[in-house]
Amino acid sequence: MIPGPFDYQVAGSVAEAIALLDQHGADAKVLAGGHSLIPLLRFRLASPAVLVDINRLRDLEYIQEADGTLHIGALTREVDLEASDLIRRRYPILADTARVIADPVVRNWATVGGNLAHADPANDHPATMLALGAQLVATGPAGQRLIPIEHFFTDSSFETTLQPNELLTEIRVPAPSERSGGAYLKLERKVGDYAIAGVAAYVVLDGAGHVTYAGIGLTNVGPTPIKARAAEQLLLGSTLDDAVIAQAARQAAAEAQPVSDLRGPADYKRAMVETLTMRALRQARSRATGGA
Amino acid sequence: MTTTSAGPHVHGLGEPYKRKEDARFIRGKGNYVDDIQLPGMLYADIVRSPYAHALIKSIDISKALQVPGVVAVITGKDLEAAGLAWMPTLSGDSEAVLAVDRVLYQMQEVAFVVAESRYAAADGAAAVEVDYEPLPVVVDPHKALAPDAPLLRPDKKDRQPTNQIYHWETGDRAATDAAFAEAEQNGVVVRQDMYVPRIHPAPIETCGCVADYNAATGKLTVWMTSQAPHAHRTLFAIVSGLPEHRIRVISPDVGGGFGNKVPIYPGYVCAVVAALKTGRPVKWIEDRTENLTSTGFARDYHIHAEIAADKEGTVKALRVYTLADHGAFDAAAQPTKFPAGLFHICTGSYDFKHAHVAVDAVHTNKAPGGIAYRCSFRVTEASYLIERMMDTLAREVGKDPAEIRLQNFIKPEAFPYRSALGWTYDSGNYERALRLAMEKIGYEELRREQAEKRARGELMGIGISSFTEIVGAGPGKHFDIAGIQMFDSCEIRVHPTGKVLARIGVQTQGQGHETTFAQIIAAELGISPDDVDVEHGDTDTAPYGLGTYASRSTPVGGAATAVAARKIRDKARKIAAYLLEVGEEDLEWEPGRFYVRGSPSKGKTIQEIAFAAYTNCPPYLEPGLEAVNYYDPPNLTYPFGSYICVVDIDRGTGEVHIRRFLAVDDCGTVINPMIVEGQIHGGLTQGLAPALYEQLAYDENGNVLGSNFQDYLIPTAMETPRWETARTVTPSPHHPIGAKGVGESPTVGAPQAIANAVVDALAHVGVRHIDIPITPWKVWAILKEKGLATA
Amino acid sequence: MSIHHIRVTINGKLYEGDVEARTLLVHWLRDSLRLTGTHIGCDTSSCGACTILVDGKAVKSCTMLAVQADGRELLTVEGLEQNGKLHPLQEGFHVEHALQCGYCTPGMMMAALALLKRNPDPSEQEIREGISGNLCRCTGYVNIVKAIQYAAQKLREPEQVPAGSGGGGE
Ligand SMILES: Cc1cc2nc3c(=O)[nH]c(=O)nc-3n(C[C@H](O)[C@H](O)[C@H](O)COP(=O)(O)OP(=O)(O)OC[C@H]3O[C@@H](n4cnc5c(N)ncnc54)[C@H](O)[C@@H]3O)c2cc1C
Ligand code: FES
Ligand code: FES
Repeated sequence: MIPGPFDYQVAGSVAEAIALLDQHGADAKVLAGGHSLIPLLRFRLASPAVLVDINRLRDLEYIQEADGTLHIGALTREVDLEASDLIRRRYPILADTARVIADPVVRNWATVGGNLAHADPANDHPATMLALGAQLVATGPAGQRLIPIEHFFTDSSFETTLQPNELLTEIRVPAPSERSGGAYLKLERKVGDYAIAGVAAYVVLDGAGHVTYAGIGLTNVGPTPIKARAAEQLLLGSTLDDAVIAQAARQAAAEAQPVSDLRGPADYKRAMVETLTMRALRQARSRATGGA
Repeated sequence: MTTTSAGPHVHGLGEPYKRKEDARFIRGKGNYVDDIQLPGMLYADIVRSPYAHALIKSIDISKALQVPGVVAVITGKDLEAAGLAWMPTLSGDSEAVLAVDRVLYQMQEVAFVVAESRYAAADGAAAVEVDYEPLPVVVDPHKALAPDAPLLRPDKKDRQPTNQIYHWETGDRAATDAAFAEAEQNGVVVRQDMYVPRIHPAPIETCGCVADYNAATGKLTVWMTSQAPHAHRTLFAIVSGLPEHRIRVISPDVGGGFGNKVPIYPGYVCAVVAALKTGRPVKWIEDRTENLTSTGFARDYHIHAEIAADKEGTVKALRVYTLADHGAFDAAAQPTKFPAGLFHICTGSYDFKHAHVAVDAVHTNKAPGGIAYRCSFRVTEASYLIERMMDTLAREVGKDPAEIRLQNFIKPEAFPYRSALGWTYDSGNYERALRLAMEKIGYEELRREQAEKRARGELMGIGISSFTEIVGAGPGKHFDIAGIQMFDSCEIRVHPTGKVLARIGVQTQGQGHETTFAQIIAAELGISPDDVDVEHGDTDTAPYGLGTYASRSTPVGGAATAVAARKIRDKARKIAAYLLEVGEEDLEWEPGRFYVRGSPSKGKTIQEIAFAAYTNCPPYLEPGLEAVNYYDPPNLTYPFGSYICVVDIDRGTGEVHIRRFLAVDDCGTVINPMIVEGQIHGGLTQGLAPALYEQLAYDENGNVLGSNFQDYLIPTAMETPRWETARTVTPSPHHPIGAKGVGESPTVGAPQAIANAVVDALAHVGVRHIDIPITPWKVWAILKEKGLATA
Repeated sequence: MSIHHIRVTINGKLYEGDVEARTLLVHWLRDSLRLTGTHIGCDTSSCGACTILVDGKAVKSCTMLAVQADGRELLTVEGLEQNGKLHPLQEGFHVEHALQCGYCTPGMMMAALALLKRNPDPSEQEIREGISGNLCRCTGYVNIVKAIQYAAQKLREPEQVPAGSGGGGE
């Protein structure tokens, strides 16, 4: 499996990357970790005229908390997310996610930005970011704009609302409040595989234990990453007891749009959304209330 | 054959001698086919059919020829003109090398592009334009037999007017039917349909070759990923018409075979044609997708099995009907005289008085193959069916699966045992192996735990497989490739300084022959394996052999080696007698040395004798110290074992977790326990794979699903349990050192232990069978149906 | 189809060459530099046979372009042995019989090396996770785990582990 021909340019700075994208328009593709793009090129399923390599932009690799927000540089490698003490401590749902993406060798190069920008419904970060209510920073010739994650994906697989001359430069996640917790659970055929189904759940509780924020994101059970809005609504204001969790889990399953394929029949996947939502919410509850 | 405490330390039989071949592999200095680069070498790429069944209206190669770097494009029409469009398969069918007017499966070879680089070849292949007219596709083998099914092989309609390749029966039908009639009246009959799915050996190295034709000398050299270089040389000679002594096949280091590298594939033939045509060496290396979709699949047996037993569960008769899906060409790489290979070993470890087996094989629009994936020609299918059926019988009569086995085993004193389907089992003690497995794993305790868990609503299962293998093809009277009987060979040269070069007819793809065969010789001659180099795989230097598969290396090649070494020792005795001026009968042997009986200090070491063989040889003997042996085994060998698997099932997801897996194997005399253990670990993992993960599925249009490692699920270290092993030793009485061959037992024996464990976990709610691979969704569907699914 | 001149340090030695933009790093290593210890086993970045280290991090070299390696430091299996002395991983693979056909071995050792750099004292589970991007069809992984444990111990406390007994090539 050999890629077809293309040109290659290295970007020395974000500005240069954007200039190159602006110059080549839809003919160009950003090359980040390359672990989605290069396999596509090898199967000749993508044939960009030029690749703009952003791997030298070290200033896009960072994980830091500031002003009540977690800032993740788009070029941050999964391995760094997984290993980050800050992430493990304060954002275990992100550590959960990074840990189950692909395999450790892939995670050395695959980037968080690429995982989102690829808009593959099978990728794991989209669900987590949907659950967390992340915001994405797109940088283009006219400067930066903020895209709420639910406006980042379109109705089609592998499509985002980024303009061809925009680079995804940062992912922002609200810092956790005192009583908040989340979990990402993924069911896979074997380790390293894309999800049969995956569920990210994130909740914020008030002092009385009532849910003030609920986020549920679903992986690989539809043409795009899915935000289970109705299930989230069910949780709001509740005390997150087992009954409401079960109800929300059923609702999330109803919001899934799985199709039958090599990862199992649609009814199975839908049922797994229920199982995983239930388990993820229980774990989120436990984490929000001081457990692991 | 053990070492003595006196004398030099000899790494003979039974010692975990570290592998000699590792030195190059751990340094990245192996020499695999794709590592070979010859001056002026061209690279090839293959244009393949996107359709499972279609007519080829036209092929336009003009654009491809304009791609920079492309040197030539070969089509089926070109081959046809040279009389090379078809080649014989190992099962007497003919297979298209490149499709001429029709394609019969997705990914079938249509054109062969050669270019200055891999990249140019790929570009060239992408530029070949083929116009197809799709035809109706036959995917389901049952439908292949329907009267209105399209005839898939019009090329041989004179010989075979339907899609049915053969119908074959063996055993005593009348007696079997009578036993069933009796059991229907006074005993029990259990029946089960089961499908052993199409899978692929998928060695991590794919297939490939480098073909080099020297026009000046007329010699063709082909480096290829071959498990049987000599047989391939002979077949090349037959196909191409080139004289056999001008063909040299070299199988260098091979990155795993497992049966995948036994057949000859179109790519090899095309590379040879291209080398002849261009006058330059040509390399063809498959990519993984091509490997999985077009080269030797395994299994694909639709089985219906029935057991007749008395009310106590004592088996009386076995009746089996199987529909075998052979794909577009009958390329089953099986050298037996029986159409379904050794499938009629399916009475397994049990004392059936009567049995009958019928098999129909058909063509479908799928890739050809039917190779023995780490097993001997359909033994895995046979063992799977009988081990599943014994569990079904146990449920029917309300007995524990262990008890039903112990009750029905062939007894140790019954060996050599003649089975109802005509095999003569050499030796065995099945009860000892099962009892050891039960004791080691704590069977009774596990059953208690299971009962407690069941009471709490948790699902846990324990599965047993007490399989019997049949390995070591020949004997020549039963087995041949293109008429060549399945003996094997060894040639030993002892140099004047006592160092040894041995060349063997079998070949290694990781089994460690360079070490184990050196150990066999070392043990026979009483020297260090370090002093023995073993070469293999080059047809110009190695003696003729039939290759390594079906666990035949040790039983056949190992025997040849032991016998050749004994010939050396016999001659050494004569020389020693001459040197010591005594009669041969006055000499005693101890490892490494002959000495005069009664005066142990008077003796000659094998090294001294070797030197004398070249410097001071008795006048009545030929000088030198060499021996050759071609060994045709008197019988097959029958390794066996008992495996026990413990699984836990997640009621929320249907996932099966293997908690423990214990394998007790008996492969007779062990040459190198470290290597045997390694073979068992690997084989178990290849038994786990089809049980839970692997399948080459097809959709209704004949598209291959699971065509790459993203979807063809090879277990990683995370899915693979920490295998536990133990051993009993029941030597083969007819093998020179009592060895039986082990490489494949675990692959044969493991799947049903796992399947039985999962079914066992669900047996209390009436589950009797789940087809492999047992995916979480299959389990979950059952949990749901039985009201056991939770979140 | 741009052509690029690249300079790459591999196993401590500088290599230079012109590559097409699309040339996969693994093909450059194998076909142009003849460093054939790095293998290819799949098309989907799944098998890890091609694993090498780039700037100290393991990567599947079939999923990186050669041009991306420009100016970087690579380590391949050929660079493990130093001054005629085997790396503890090489020793461990031999002593624990962690290879059969040897095809996955270079990639497996490189993935293990990356793991041990991150985690010098991994548990069995961590080792299994660490090599989960590398497929072996021959060994069943049990001995690979042991080989990595052997190397981990030897790297932590070099003098404690006895050298492999029983000869055979080493
Ligand atoms: C064997 C294997 C298994 C995998 N399993 C999983 C899995 O289980 N779960 C999972 O989530 N992922 C999985 N992946 C995908 C992996 O995580 C990818 O690396 C990831 O999806 C893309 O990240 P990347 O940095 O490699 O992006 P690239 O492949 O470089 O890019 C992907 C796409 O995003 C675009 N892009 C990248 N970065 C930017 C940016 N900053 N701005 C704008 N556009 C950008 C590119 O142009 C391209 O179209 C797997 C990959 C492999 C090879
Ligand atoms: S060759 Fe398989 S991962 Fe690179
Ligand atoms: S040793 Fe053969 S693939 Fe690992």
